Amino acid sequence: MSSKDKGWKEIAPAGVSPKSSIGFMTGDWKTYMPVRDLEKCTTCLMCVLYCPEGAVRWRPEMGKIEFDYSFCKGCGICANECPTKAITMKLPEKEDE
Amino acid sequence: MKSDVKQETLALNGDEAVAYAVKQSDVDVVAAYPITPQTIMVEKFSEYVANGEVETEFVCTESEHSAMAASISASATGARAFTATASAGLALMHEMLFVASGCRTPVVMAVANRALSAPLNIHGDHSDTMAERDSGWVQIYVENAQEAYDSVIQAFRIAEHTSVLLPVLVGLDGFTLSHTLENVTALSDADVKEFIGERKLINVLTHEGKSVPFKLDPDNPMTMGPIALQNYYFEFKRQQEEGMKNALALIRQVHDEYAKLSGRSYGNGLVEKYQLDDAEIAVVCVGSTAGTMKTVVDELRAEGVKAGLLKLRTFRPFPVEEIQNALGKVHAVGIMDKSMSFGGNGGAVFHEVRHALYDLAERPLVVDYIYGLGGRDYNPKEFKKIFNELRQIAHSKRVHKLVNFTGLRE
Repeated sequence: MSSKDKGWKEIAPAGVSPKSSIGFMTGDWKTYMPVRDLEKCTTCLMCVLYCPEGAVRWRPEMGKIEFDYSFCKGCGICANECPTKAITMKLPEKEDE
Repeated sequence: MKSDVKQETLALNGDEAVAYAVKQSDVDVVAAYPITPQTIMVEKFSEYVANGEVETEFVCTESEHSAMAASISASATGARAFTATASAGLALMHEMLFVASGCRTPVVMAVANRALSAPLNIHGDHSDTMAERDSGWVQIYVENAQEAYDSVIQAFRIAEHTSVLLPVLVGLDGFTLSHTLENVTALSDADVKEFIGERKLINVLTHEGKSVPFKLDPDNPMTMGPIALQNYYFEFKRQQEEGMKNALALIRQVHDEYAKLSGRSYGNGLVEKYQLDDAEIAVVCVGSTAGTMKTVVDELRAEGVKAGLLKLRTFRPFPVEEIQNALGKVHAVGIMDKSMSFGGNGGAVFHEVRHALYDLAERPLVVDYIYGLGGRDYNPKEFKKIFNELRQIAHSKRVHKLVNFTGLRE
């Protein structure tokens, strides 16, 4: 709690969010991150279909798959579903180490 | 009280009276799942839909949990929503009841009060709704089919008022009211429509910084009931309590306004006092029992006994002040509880009425009578015995047994 938090009389009812969900970076929940091997990837889009967060996106105009790590929670479903085992879950290297 | 508007007397049972009130209340969505003894409400209303008598969207859900979810969702879009259930159906809704109150969706629900399993029992008691007393719903209990009709109409006004924005439950005793034919006087469709009016919406600030009506709308996206953790959850719960506090005054106001229109009143909308002004002994009861109890009070009064009755019409928000004013001067009070709080030393009504009286400098002796569980029949003779006990308690100023079971075989 911080002094900036508002009192009950000031906030909208029902928890109506003052922020869009785009403002909540749920990607920082993850431990492991999916890393794709471009040589093994056949662009079958199974990872795009299976991602429960919509964090794996198909960019048809660029013809490529994009991983949005700001929202990827590291669940590993994409790696599990990938038919060519092109995705592996890796521990990210910590910057402060 | 007299009414200046044209009304019609119909032969309806409690369930049909509820369905008829909903038919007149310009409801946008009814999502429901049939369960005894509420079934007639759903059957009757689906008949209205099939006949084209209403424009309501009727959603046949696969369970009560879904019925409540659909009602909440409909209400969140700004629509007027109604559902109905009983017993196990209400228990299955449990999780969603808190979502309805937490999302401030003013759903109206009729509950044909019925016992909970096990053992399986389809008859009337208050176990189902009393178990949901902390779910954030306004709770109104009715004495007869007429009051069921009148209360459902009032419920929409109470629930949707911008100072309340809470779901309202109208409880009617299973079978005793739900399946018993009565003369019900109904207002005209036009009068009901005018009385309830259009649902008004408050404005809220969205994440885009726009002040828009509080409803789900693709043009003005907003999120209702998302995650709120240690830093905000508590504040939202406090807001709900404020809605309840406001409901206390509003229930009276809506009730009085309705009384003026229809000529029918139920005490002050919160409680109904019957022969209480000079009463030395009194009972407090909820629902249809009040009718039987009034007969008993009349008989005792004819014998010169100063007996009275307090009918608790509104259970949530709990009318503490009204109870204090009504019972403060009585010597002994018996509370009629048609549900159990196992191991709780008395039923829900007992706990709350006794708690309301605690702050008075002079307060009556209060005892609990648990009765009628699983639809167990009760009669005036039995109630007279209770008044006799209360006379002894008032006379001796001593309570021998705080919690009593009435009509139970030893």
